[in-house]
Amino acid sequence: MSENKQAKPGMSRRKFLTYTIASTAGFLGSGMLFPMVRFAIDPLLQKGSDTKFVDIGTVSEFGSKPKAVEFRIQRKDGWYQEKGGEKATAWVLKEGSEILALSPICKHLGCTVKWEGGGRTNVFYCPCHGGEYTKDGVNVPGTPPPKPLDVYATKIEGGRLLLGAVKERG
Amino acid sequence: MLKNAYEWLDKRLDITPMWRDIADHEVPEHVNPAHHFSAFIYCFGGLTFFIVVIQILSGMFLALYYVPDIQNAWKSVDYLQNEIAFGQIVRGMHHWGASVSIVMLFLHTLRVFFTGSYKHPREFNWVIGMSIFFVMLGLGFTGYLLPWDNKAYFATKVGIQIAASVPYVGGAIATFLQGGEIVGAQTLARFFALHVFFLPAVLLGLLGAHFVLIRRQGISGPL
Repeated sequence: MSENKQAKPGMSRRKFLTYTIASTAGFLGSGMLFPMVRFAIDPLLQKGSDTKFVDIGTVSEFGSKPKAVEFRIQRKDGWYQEKGGEKATAWVLKEGSEILALSPICKHLGCTVKWEGGGRTNVFYCPCHGGEYTKDGVNVPGTPPPKPLDVYATKIEGGRLLLGAVKERG
Repeated sequence: MLKNAYEWLDKRLDITPMWRDIADHEVPEHVNPAHHFSAFIYCFGGLTFFIVVIQILSGMFLALYYVPDIQNAWKSVDYLQNEIAFGQIVRGMHHWGASVSIVMLFLHTLRVFFTGSYKHPREFNWVIGMSIFFVMLGLGFTGYLLPWDNKAYFATKVGIQIAASVPYVGGAIATFLQGGEIVGAQTLARFFALHVFFLPAVLLGLLGAHFVLIRRQGISGPL
């Protein structure tokens, strides 16, 4: 009998039992882990919130010199929503007849830039690693930022300037 | 591939004897439900440990979203339960697991008691087991406050009031638990710390001692 067993094709009883037990344990274990892992990675699978246009003032306020405008965006961060909305800043200027609204977030590593900050003249300056941008938000070669500053979508309605979503420039 | 990786590790760490020691450890016939079905009563200790593992895992995941602060605690629980995928399941595991672990622990205690397994030379392991029981009750008590809803708040008020009735030291215990003059911001902060840092650390230490002792002394003989 025992020689016969060796000659039998296919799986041994021991191997069959090992596989059965392992797959049962794997099934139960993944049944336990799946909800927790899916729970943890939920932020990866959520889509971003929509941005509405916000009125920031009359168009005539702005000239060729960049001016910082503070405004509020309504956004829910998890369970938390700031009363009156979270603060945002745009550097707004007129270039000819075009309105340019620059995001103050440095394209190097995300610090906040300031027009003529740190004693520099005629540039946006980022204090973290000395990044610089020209007046129209284009990064100065030889400083850390790899790209020009992002811009807000702009819209003019009845002489008033509205800012929308932030877009990246090429 | 897997086999090679295992052998590479094993050559350096010599891990085979560690799991072999557990895997080859024979289960005595009188505690093996495959031999006598009634021996399932010997499973409650292992089941308690299994539930504790689930509690630790689900608790770690809940902590990804939970905030221990009186303004945000309830909101964060509401958010993780209703707006995050499987939030209801993960919180449910922790919620029901808390009760199940106490039930399993109690059944395990009854089995040890009625089989006389607590007797010499295992009396110290009984003491460790009792400590585990009280640490688990502490985990239940501190975890109950964390959702910061009405039930949590008043259960904690009652619990602290009961603690305050201990002769002589009751007042000190109540103040220690409360952390301030009322059940409030400071109570929530320290219950959170106790629930996720202090008590689990003590529990893991005690569980380790419990398991080492049962291996050293062996399981008690048949009735």
